[in-house]
Amino acid sequence: MNILAIETSTEACSAALLVNGEIKERFETAPRGHGDLILQMVDGLLADAGLKPQQLSVIAFGRGPGAFTGVRIATSVVQGIALGAGLPVVAVSTLAALAQGGYRQHQYPMMLCAMDARMAEIYWGTYRIESGLAVVQGQECVCPAASAPAVSGDGWQGIGSGWNVYGEQLAEHYGAQVSLCDPAALPRAWDVALLAERDYRNGMAVSAELALPVYLRDNVVSRS
Amino acid sequence: MRILGIESSCDETGIAIYDSERGLEAHTLYSQIELHLEYGGVVPELASRDHVRKTVPLIKQLLAESGLTLADLDGIAYTAGPGLIGALLVGAGIGRSLAWSLGIPAVAVHHMEGHLLAPMLEAEAPAFPFVALLASGGHTMLVQVEGIGQYQLLGETVDDAAGEAFDKTAKLLGLGYPGGPAIAKIAEQGTPGRFRFPRPMTNRPGLEFSFSGLKTFAVNTLAESAGDDQSKADIALAFEVAVAETMAIKCRRALEQTGLKRLVLAGGVSANRRLRQRLAVLAAERGAKLYYPRAEFCTDNGAMIAYAGCARLMAGQSEGLVIQARARWPLEQLSAVT
Repeated sequence: MNILAIETSTEACSAALLVNGEIKERFETAPRGHGDLILQMVDGLLADAGLKPQQLSVIAFGRGPGAFTGVRIATSVVQGIALGAGLPVVAVSTLAALAQGGYRQHQYPMMLCAMDARMAEIYWGTYRIESGLAVVQGQECVCPAASAPAVSGDGWQGIGSGWNVYGEQLAEHYGAQVSLCDPAALPRAWDVALLAERDYRNGMAVSAELALPVYLRDNVVSRS
Repeated sequence: MRILGIESSCDETGIAIYDSERGLEAHTLYSQIELHLEYGGVVPELASRDHVRKTVPLIKQLLAESGLTLADLDGIAYTAGPGLIGALLVGAGIGRSLAWSLGIPAVAVHHMEGHLLAPMLEAEAPAFPFVALLASGGHTMLVQVEGIGQYQLLGETVDDAAGEAFDKTAKLLGLGYPGGPAIAKIAEQGTPGRFRFPRPMTNRPGLEFSFSGLKTFAVNTLAESAGDDQSKADIALAFEVAVAETMAIKCRRALEQTGLKRLVLAGGVSANRRLRQRLAVLAAERGAKLYYPRAEFCTDNGAMIAYAGCARLMAGQSEGLVIQARARWPLEQLSAVT
């Protein structure tokens, strides 16, 4: 199985290619540089592997939440490639990718994922690792740090930029329930590819036009 | 060469297929007007969100209806600016990536160049050189066009665009959005000569426009009137006449200054019938010929982008492997197609 994955929903821009269980990734932190980088990363990965887009099995992307424009860059790139090469698409939550990265790099088993959502809010998701892969617990949401959903038990790990920007509020909110924290972690295409492999096997792929962002924040305009 | 064109610079998703031999083969447009109606103007974030839902379905639909497949395409053209950056990036992202996956070239098209060249889609197309009046919700400019990519700005608005003035005045009169068609409709019931609006910046030389004063004049005129439907119709008529007359004066000057005999009217405001009639009179007086695109290609559309992109791709121009869009992009920065 050949999976191409891209992730552009934060200041990080990355693409990954999973071929027969082995992953190659390109990753750069480049605020506002995603449009210049992402297709070059994709092109380079496929060229190195000697693959054409039509030889991919599926293409995956970080569907959000995250920066609106960034999420739409990934979405539009995936839609364009999937349409042109006739590929199915798997949409992966950026919070899930964040959790998968937390497991891959720190072996965190149960995570409270929080990304800075601006406007004094965070994008929030609770994840557990099951059979080595991140599984969401309940629903993802956007909310102020101080009213993030309650969790039961101890031994949770905090991950994501929300723990940096709203670290004090979250630490106070969860107290001793949280033992470890990685506030610098960013969602990466490597982890999007890992999760897409599972979701693709589970029949969760869609066609190009149904590959859509999940913003979580939907009240983006006030009526005049 | 057969080109797919994608337009997504504002609140309309336009898709078209243009062939250098066969001409325009197919086009379709999805307008978001309903979506923005309740806000009285385009909400950029909502526009971007809608483009990302609509673009691929429209491409698929257009190909199916025209009996073509992606394999029949030789290139992809998409609007890369000027316009709403988030909206532009959707069309650019899909267009550039689609071209990459098909292994065909892509070209980033300037939205206003698309409008300037829209009359080329008609059977009776203007030859170069010509003077173009480009008037839309975001722009009002007079351009001397020597050829594709050879544009000299003769004058532009110093404040509101003409379309913007229509929208603001319509809002003031309690009419819907977009303002152009709404004002034109009630102006039909207006009493000629009851009100006289100024012709901004016509009492001095130059080809600059200013439309913000007309809106203020409308505010004051409405306040001094009874505010009844007839007064509103009279104000709409006086406003429309003032815009048409002002544009005619500036177009006459531009034709005099350049010595050209072809006048092209393009952009959304060029759909206004009173303006067309007034400029037709001007052209006749000067022994010049007036050209304008069919109504559906006056407003934003994919056909003009496919056409402009086709010209540039045939000249060997193409976009690198990047997704770039620009909110601002001076027309004069474009390279010539020779």
